[in-house]
Amino acid sequence: MIFETLFNALTNNAIITAFFFVGLVTAISYWISTNLTNGYIHGSAIAIASGLLLAYFGGYLTGGDKGLADIPLFAGVGILGGAMFRDFAIVATAFGVDLKHLKNAGLIGAISVIFGVVLSFFIGAIIAIMFGYNDAVSITTIGAGAATYIVGPVTGTALSASTEVIALSVAVGLIKSILVMIVTPFIAPYIKLNNAESAMIFGGLMGTTSGVAGGLAATDPRLVPYGAMTATFYTGVGCLLAPSVLFLIVRALVS
Amino acid sequence: MVVYGVALLAFCMLTGIFLGDLLGQLIGVDANVGGIGIAMLLLIFIANVRTNRFEINTLTKSGVNFWSAMYIPIVVAMAAKQNVLAAISGGWMAIIAGVMTVIISFLMIPVLYKLLRRDSNDDF
Repeated sequence: MIFETLFNALTNNAIITAFFFVGLVTAISYWISTNLTNGYIHGSAIAIASGLLLAYFGGYLTGGDKGLADIPLFAGVGILGGAMFRDFAIVATAFGVDLKHLKNAGLIGAISVIFGVVLSFFIGAIIAIMFGYNDAVSITTIGAGAATYIVGPVTGTALSASTEVIALSVAVGLIKSILVMIVTPFIAPYIKLNNAESAMIFGGLMGTTSGVAGGLAATDPRLVPYGAMTATFYTGVGCLLAPSVLFLIVRALVS
Repeated sequence: MVVYGVALLAFCMLTGIFLGDLLGQLIGVDANVGGIGIAMLLLIFIANVRTNRFEINTLTKSGVNFWSAMYIPIVVAMAAKQNVLAAISGGWMAIIAGVMTVIISFLMIPVLYKLLRRDSNDDF
């Protein structure tokens, strides 16, 4: 009876449970950071990695596609971690932005976003060809997935690609997004990811909003608004270029 | 009042998403084009407007800053709801394509940075 009452209290107040849960994960992660890694790995990096690990178990246990949020007890995590709150918090980070850092932003942003979409697309497309795909539609869809896991299915649907290829393009985009979340804090010092402009270029090249949001949070939260600002244009540009210009290029090249 | 800050943030986000959706329809893609980026620019613009009739006070600011501080916890929740299982079960092609994209994109960051940056180099 006690357990049932507790379970109901937690599930009926899903988002409050999520606040508590995330606070707990963060506290444990910061404890691990200071006591087990001597501060070498940042607490937020550990918290994000723990989140991903829990998401794996959630998917494994339930077979759903929302990670931990598919377990009824943690449904609130899905709301708190959904696009609505994520974007609300991202917009809020812009409040601290200094206008002088943004003078050159338009040019840097536009070039890095277009370059980023085209670069990711062709890397994905080349790998698809190496794995034996030879029709323009499949190659384009997988290339689009290498941009983001939203560009992939949007492109695949527009070109009537097969459902397996569309699922594959989502998987490519997910791998990219998860990797960016995990490795960014470790690579940041080597690529000078420590100022507004390189953060904008990072956002434009990577493009995955979740990856960029997670990666910069674990590197230096002050960089978040700059990276997020360019990343938010990436999916739109990808959905514009992949099923049109890029598809025509691929079709011309493979036939 | 604190709620003014939250409402300001909501106003910026909704305006941005609306304009991003319009922009998407205008160029004929089924996606929001830069809505959140537009929202951020709007907030930065409003935050930097200072006249003798309009200034954002400290309480209003705290309404925005709370959500800014909630950013990392929200990102942790976001990580916990990713479809990690699908990513890993996509097979070798998905893993190799994802890994190669990330490696090469990272390598291009310093290259683009050298090409695009201004003369001054103000690190944080």
